[in-house]
Amino acid sequence: MPKYLLLKHYRGGPEPHRPVPPIDQWAPEDVEAHMAFQDHVSRLLEESGEYVDARALTPAQTWVRYGGPDAAPVTTDGPHPETSDLVAGWWMIDVDSYERAVELAAYVSSEPGPGGEPLYEWIDVREILWERPTD
Amino acid sequence: MGTSHRLTDGAALRDLVPRVLASLVRRGEAFDAAEDALQEALIEALRVWPEHPPRDPRAWLAAVATRRLVDARRSEAARARREEEVQAEPPPGPVSDAGDDTLFLLFTCCHPDLAPTSQVALTLRAVGGLTTREIADAFYVPEATMAQRISRAKRTLRGRRLDQPGDLAVVLRVLYLIYTTGHSERVDLAAEAIRLARQLTLATEEPEARGLLALMLLNHARWPARFDAEGRVVTLDRQDRSRWDTRAIAEGVRVLQSALVLQRPGRYQIEAAIAALHDDAASAEETDWPQILAWYDDLVALTDDPPRQDPAAVLGRAVAVGHVVGPVAGLLETDRVRGVLGDRYRWHAVRAYLHELGGDRLAAGAAYAEAARRATNVAERDHLVRQAARVRASGA
Repeated sequence: MPKYLLLKHYRGGPEPHRPVPPIDQWAPEDVEAHMAFQDHVSRLLEESGEYVDARALTPAQTWVRYGGPDAAPVTTDGPHPETSDLVAGWWMIDVDSYERAVELAAYVSSEPGPGGEPLYEWIDVREILWERPTD
Repeated sequence: MGTSHRLTDGAALRDLVPRVLASLVRRGEAFDAAEDALQEALIEALRVWPEHPPRDPRAWLAAVATRRLVDARRSEAARARREEEVQAEPPPGPVSDAGDDTLFLLFTCCHPDLAPTSQVALTLRAVGGLTTREIADAFYVPEATMAQRISRAKRTLRGRRLDQPGDLAVVLRVLYLIYTTGHSERVDLAAEAIRLARQLTLATEEPEARGLLALMLLNHARWPARFDAEGRVVTLDRQDRSRWDTRAIAEGVRVLQSALVLQRPGRYQIEAAIAALHDDAASAEETDWPQILAWYDDLVALTDDPPRQDPAAVLGRAVAVGHVVGPVAGLLETDRVRGVLGDRYRWHAVRAYLHELGGDRLAAGAAYAEAARRATNVAERDHLVRQAARVRASGA
């Protein structure tokens, strides 16, 4: 069965369908509903037997490259341009088909936002390459 | 039989680990080979004992581990085509007591040549008797990774002299690291750290060892109230104090008092005293902040340059100052460690708390949000986001 990452982003991706302020500026009950939904998605995936992993990333980002012989690594801690992608976290799922991955991504995107209305967040769906041929 | 059930139950079996391992190493076995052999003996014990409980579990483990060591030497010798010259029964080592054994192994596992992650892993296996799998689960790494980390650590120790007394301060730091990381990851190693610290206090009179045990007990006592039914963080001032573990608190206070009478204060004793004062308050309002501040004064006085050498103490003291003198004074105290801790979530969370205490909801909301952006675990991050939303809503 194919595995996919359903990636959430702090920023980047297509133009937001529904622009909203940062979550720390929402009404407390909307924050609760949003967080409860995230837990609900993990539980749902576990119950359906499709859950592999879920992780969240901090927004701090450091780009690093080899500095050359006898040189320290070169790093840039930002600020990075606001247009660049910044991954916030993911669910890794193991599903029957690409269609199922899309269905689940759309469900994740229906998470409640301000006013309890769906957030319509863009979810980045990426298939994971197998290590070896399966046939 | 009751005995066998208790033994294979885990804790009792694990208590034997440092004793048997120390006896093998003391009579001249290499630490890494002895540790491997004992692990195999433990697996064998779990298989055999339920049916055939041994009369003397410790002697049984020692005998089986010795047989494994002999087998290992034989096959090594055969591989090298050397003449077989294996002593089946190495001479018994000097008689020692349980305390000496624990201390000896803790010094070995917390050898200063090892990195902290290796010290932690080795201590949990060789002294705590946990399996590689359990340790791997606790730190959320693959089992193969943890196995590699442990065998590399043991290789590092090969050839090192292990008969010198080690650095107790390093041992205490490693145990505290096990305690704190144990809380943050999936498997609760905090109880294991407490068990090891309790063994350590039987092995040494050092008051800081008791201070560490007391600190762990007094903090761990509040653990049942730290999260609500949905897994959300509950801060100290909002906890249901009836859920605190009063037995652990009583033991912690007793251990702390037995350390303080020795009149050799140190950071763990002082931090335990602060924890005891929190535990002693029937409600958040009844917290004895002046007394807590006095202990923090002692804590920062332990170092010459507290903002650099012990910034966490300065930050903790700022909260006490906020309660005793006032939020503005508390905020001024946090400025002293801005350069050292200004990029950590705790610094922003403390500032947010003090702003809220002073009624400045706007600044509190911004600081909570900033803390949330810098949080390093999901539970704390979500909690800080909620705090930001809450103070902003209440200010509107």
